[in-house]
Amino acid sequence: MDDLYRELIIDHYKNPQFRGHLDPNDIHFEDDNPLCGDHIEVTLRVDGSGKVADGRFDGKGCAISQASADLLIESIIGKPVEDVKKLSKQDVLDLLGIELGPVRLKCALLSLKVLKAGVYGLGESSEALIE
Amino acid sequence: MTLDVNLLRQDFPILSREVRPGIPLVYLDSTATSQKPRPVLEAMEAFYRTNNANIHRGVHTLAEEATAMYEQAREKVAQFINAPSAEQIIFTRNATESINLVAYTWARANLKAGDRIILTEMEHHSNMVPWIMLATERGVELEFIPVTPDGLLDLDVYRTLLTRSPKLVAVSGMSNVLGTINPIAEIVRLAHAAGAITLVDGAQSVPHLPVDVQALGVDFLAFSAHKMLGPSGIGALYGRHDLLEKMPPFMGGGDMIKTVHLRSFAPNDIPHKYEAGTPAIAEAVGFGAAVDYLNKLGMQAVAAHEHEIVNYALDRLEEIPGVKVFGPTADKKGGVASFTLEGVHPHDIAQILDRDGVAIRAGHHCAQPLHEKFGITATARASFYVYSLPQEVDALVNGIYKVKEIFG
Repeated sequence: MDDLYRELIIDHYKNPQFRGHLDPNDIHFEDDNPLCGDHIEVTLRVDGSGKVADGRFDGKGCAISQASADLLIESIIGKPVEDVKKLSKQDVLDLLGIELGPVRLKCALLSLKVLKAGVYGLGESSEALIE
Repeated sequence: MTLDVNLLRQDFPILSREVRPGIPLVYLDSTATSQKPRPVLEAMEAFYRTNNANIHRGVHTLAEEATAMYEQAREKVAQFINAPSAEQIIFTRNATESINLVAYTWARANLKAGDRIILTEMEHHSNMVPWIMLATERGVELEFIPVTPDGLLDLDVYRTLLTRSPKLVAVSGMSNVLGTINPIAEIVRLAHAAGAITLVDGAQSVPHLPVDVQALGVDFLAFSAHKMLGPSGIGALYGRHDLLEKMPPFMGGGDMIKTVHLRSFAPNDIPHKYEAGTPAIAEAVGFGAAVDYLNKLGMQAVAAHEHEIVNYALDRLEEIPGVKVFGPTADKKGGVASFTLEGVHPHDIAQILDRDGVAIRAGHHCAQPLHEKFGITATARASFYVYSLPQEVDALVNGIYKVKEIFG
């Protein structure tokens, strides 16, 4: 098996556990990667103690972008929103467990960008959010 | 005459490199840029080693040699597309700049709000965005010849659009996604009958097909050297003599002037009027060498070889379950095969193929509106040129089977 396409990634791409849309929700954000047209939408519910009670992603794109979104949502459920704000690029790469070139890095980090823009309540996502 | 591909491949040093140890390069991305044969590389290096000087103003020997070499390259490019004279060839950075030159000079001098420009849905962004910019600035109206489901231009709609007195018809000679070879002679004839000027984006057609501007009757033709075995950084605009004479200059600076005073200048004669500043001199020499190389192969033979390869590629791709190839049948297209594979994003296809040294492109290939038309965001694209071998198509097909295996 090609190391970039570990079974884990293919599995999360083909059988995502957190694909969907929460309605009602407390946090909702979506964005594109204009280079390849990948699209990610994230919806979250936050409980009274400020923790992520549930989360879903929706969108289309390559295996890397969709699998990283599924892994990312899985990793934040039950976590305080304040911790989600601190997630970094390295956290996503650790979830994926692969090395990526600069082009594919954008695919992998789209979901993090969208998630952080959402939890910060920003009107738009920015590269600064994932550094 | 047919190409001896195994022999000519020896002229391309890059084709013998390994992408990673033990993994030879299978280069299937010539529509993005072609590889360069040794005579092109050597001509450029020889220029820098022995003749390098700035052109046109110098009196010394090197300046005269460099000027002669630059102007000789212009002659070669003119003859390659059968332009009536070399002064009708303007050197630019690339096809994109050539199109922008027409948009900024001819179009801004001649078009006003409400005037119509006909484009097609299959245009590369380079023949779309300059006109969208003009439309936004001037209120010029853009209309589009639709692309049929099998990837051809709908000429019935074109005839209808022509009844509304367009001023310009700007159309690609060959689609960089579908490979469709458009019927340029007919499109130009109909445009002229309706009183419109014509511009052909020849970025794909000039490298891959015999192109004769006089036989086609086209008014402007834009193309790039780097897609036709030459260096990057240089392209050309062919223009009808009377149009080039009348158009205002493009950029201002040295070389494009006859005289300059503190508050006025007189522009130079064509083609220099449109070539401000020191141009890409070594690249022009390389461009000339690329044209020599293509002439030696013969453009009929080049087109025939690509036709054969793309025919084989379509046969092999279409036998793979889940693969959908876009564009017309092989007899109506050049060496381009854009496809999707069910359930797999084109970026994943390209990435997995790269592991085996197979270089293809994935994305919208600077033709986003065309992809929207087909309801997709991206395709994978394999493209071919003079050095492409059937075995490379086999490597592509084997790679796609591997993708299918990985994605189950």
